[in-house]
Amino acid sequence: MSAVPISFYLVLSAILFGLGVVAFVFKRNIITIFMSIELMLNAVNLAFVAFARARGELDGLVFVFFVIVVAAAEAAVGLAIVIMLAQNRQSLNVERVNLLKL
Amino acid sequence: MLLLNHLWIILALPLAGAAINGLFGKRWPQSAVNSVAVGSVVLSFLAAAETVREFFHLAADQIPFIGNYFTWMVGGEATSHAFRVDFALQIDQLTVVMLMVVTFVGMLIHIYSTGYMAHEGGYYRFFCYLNLFMFFMLTLVMAANLIVMFVGWEGVGLCSYLLIGFWFLKKSAADAGKKAFIVTRIGDFGFTVGILLVFATFGSVAFGEIFANVSDKSVDVLTTICLLLFAGAIGKSAQLPLYVWLPDAMEGPTPVSALIHAATMVTAGVYMVARMNPLFSRAPVAMLVVAIVGAVTAFYSATIGLVQTDIKKVLAYSTVSQLGYMFLACGVGAYTAGIFHLMTHAFFKGLLFLAAGSVIHAMGGEQDMMKMGGLRKKIPATYWTMFIGTLAIAGMPGFAGFFSKDAILEAAKDGPHANLILWLLGVAGAGLTSFYMFRLVFLTFFGKPRYDEHKVHVHESPKNMTVPLMVLAFLSIFGGWFAAPKLVGGIDYFDKFLAPVFSAYAPTHVAEVEVRVVDPSLRPYPEPSPAMELVRSLISWPVFVGVLGLLVAWYFYIKRPDIPMKMAQSAHALYLLLLNKYYVDEIYAALIVRPLLWISTNVLWHVVDEGAIDGVVNGTATVARESGSQARKLQSGNTRSYAAWVILGAVGFTVILFVILDVVH
Repeated sequence: MSAVPISFYLVLSAILFGLGVVAFVFKRNIITIFMSIELMLNAVNLAFVAFARARGELDGLVFVFFVIVVAAAEAAVGLAIVIMLAQNRQSLNVERVNLLKL
Repeated sequence: MLLLNHLWIILALPLAGAAINGLFGKRWPQSAVNSVAVGSVVLSFLAAAETVREFFHLAADQIPFIGNYFTWMVGGEATSHAFRVDFALQIDQLTVVMLMVVTFVGMLIHIYSTGYMAHEGGYYRFFCYLNLFMFFMLTLVMAANLIVMFVGWEGVGLCSYLLIGFWFLKKSAADAGKKAFIVTRIGDFGFTVGILLVFATFGSVAFGEIFANVSDKSVDVLTTICLLLFAGAIGKSAQLPLYVWLPDAMEGPTPVSALIHAATMVTAGVYMVARMNPLFSRAPVAMLVVAIVGAVTAFYSATIGLVQTDIKKVLAYSTVSQLGYMFLACGVGAYTAGIFHLMTHAFFKGLLFLAAGSVIHAMGGEQDMMKMGGLRKKIPATYWTMFIGTLAIAGMPGFAGFFSKDAILEAAKDGPHANLILWLLGVAGAGLTSFYMFRLVFLTFFGKPRYDEHKVHVHESPKNMTVPLMVLAFLSIFGGWFAAPKLVGGIDYFDKFLAPVFSAYAPTHVAEVEVRVVDPSLRPYPEPSPAMELVRSLISWPVFVGVLGLLVAWYFYIKRPDIPMKMAQSAHALYLLLLNKYYVDEIYAALIVRPLLWISTNVLWHVVDEGAIDGVVNGTATVARESGSQARKLQSGNTRSYAAWVILGAVGFTVILFVILDVVH
């Protein structure tokens, strides 16, 4: 089996992470922002898996499971906040969530 | 031994009185304030009297009797040179004299004050301060070490300030209080440094330990210590050149002038010099300075007293002058004479001030003698007591002042440190004293009234004012009779009583002098009979100048009242010089006060305070505020900008790790 070099995985991971960052910073819809966070998490997951495979160890995979669990919990809490926000503001625009601003 | 083991009770009583009146007196009626204030001082006097009675049963080796209550301060290692101050009180013969004078005169003046201050506002405040003063004064005289003494020393200064400025709404009174506090502070600086030098030299501040080690110290160090301590005495006891605060202190209520500025506090300097006699006796230069300052002050302030027209100012300059005599006595080594004069002075000057207060009270607040006259018949009790006080201060034979002043002048003429010039100054001062005091009496009580008799209703003071006057008048006559047997060749009992305090640590050569005098067989002339001694004592210079002063005053102010006016005109420059107190206040203002004020305003205030200190503080605040308002812009509240900062930070951190720190390799 011709192994795909680890650098490929890492580059893909970096690209996905960068896309997530850019989306996080520039998008205004809170659901999109949420999705971009998931994207970043999964980009990191990809990097973990790639390293675990390259080094032949399980440690990276264990981290991936942790990340997935945390992401699921975070999604549950985050989506609840989004629902409350949508009910109160009739909008999903983060620019309007600024009550704590000076 | 009941009270002797609890010396602190004497102090605690007036302190409790002050605390009670200070805390609750405002809401209480005058009678309640009276009973607390007078009651506490009377109890204190009784406690002191009982303590003194017990003291007389002590064996000679138990004196000074020290009550050590607690260790107040400890500094440094527990070696022989550790700084250690106990709150310790002591009682010896000198303390006994001071204790009785302070508590007894203080008690009388408290009683007098209940009448004098009856119509004044702040009644409770007055008695609170007066009781507090008693506490500090008793601390001062009973202290067993210099630090406790210093507490009393500063405490009486504080009370003096508070009571001079008692009518603080009056600017002159508030200013006089400040002046007294600041001028005495100059002397106290010397006193403080002196105490430190004592500790550095002796390794202790307790009197017993200092005196026990005094003989092996060098004369130079002792002289320095004595001069520094004497600086404190100059300030506190209003001697040249720091006497200027005392005449101004007359702004306070008259009982205060009597208690603090005549009978007790101002004599603290004399007491201190007498207490430190083992040091002074070994420092001849310091002794000479003390004697010169005393004699010059005695004469100098007597000359100012000649022309003053304010009844209290005359007495104030007279007090400065009499304090000068006490220092003259200490300076020529006659400490007992100094303390004796301190005691008799407390009686007759306390009396004179209280009587003057009674006159002022009778005249409805008038203090100018030129607007009095002819009061003899209208206020007889005041007149008679004041006349007795005047006879006493003028040194008329038989009165208290005669014995003490005579003892001083005799020591200045024949004592171990006799000095003819100082004696002459003293005698001249005695003549002037007699003159200005009889001038005061004649102007006030004799002649025709110079006030509007329809407007001023002269009335005798109430009983609680006249009775203290009479008691003090009694003491002004008989208070000096301890020394009376000496007139007929016998013993001066006052001298004998105090002798242990002043001979215990006396330098050896003084003791030799005493031995020489005692041996009667060596005298070149036969033992004089008592009658001859009496005649010799009575026909002396002090008595002669005293009578002369009386006669001149009588001639000037009763026989030919036009003469003083003519003299003032013919010697106008001299008259103005005296009337304006030698322009000393003006000279001090020009040389010290105004330059100091200028530097304070233009340099210390506008440059140092506003520029440097405020600049640093305000500058710090400005930097914090400006950087904060810049940094605040980062906190936009915009989630995405935070994210952007996080990412920038992460990128920046990565760059630092990989490029600059090069962690990969």
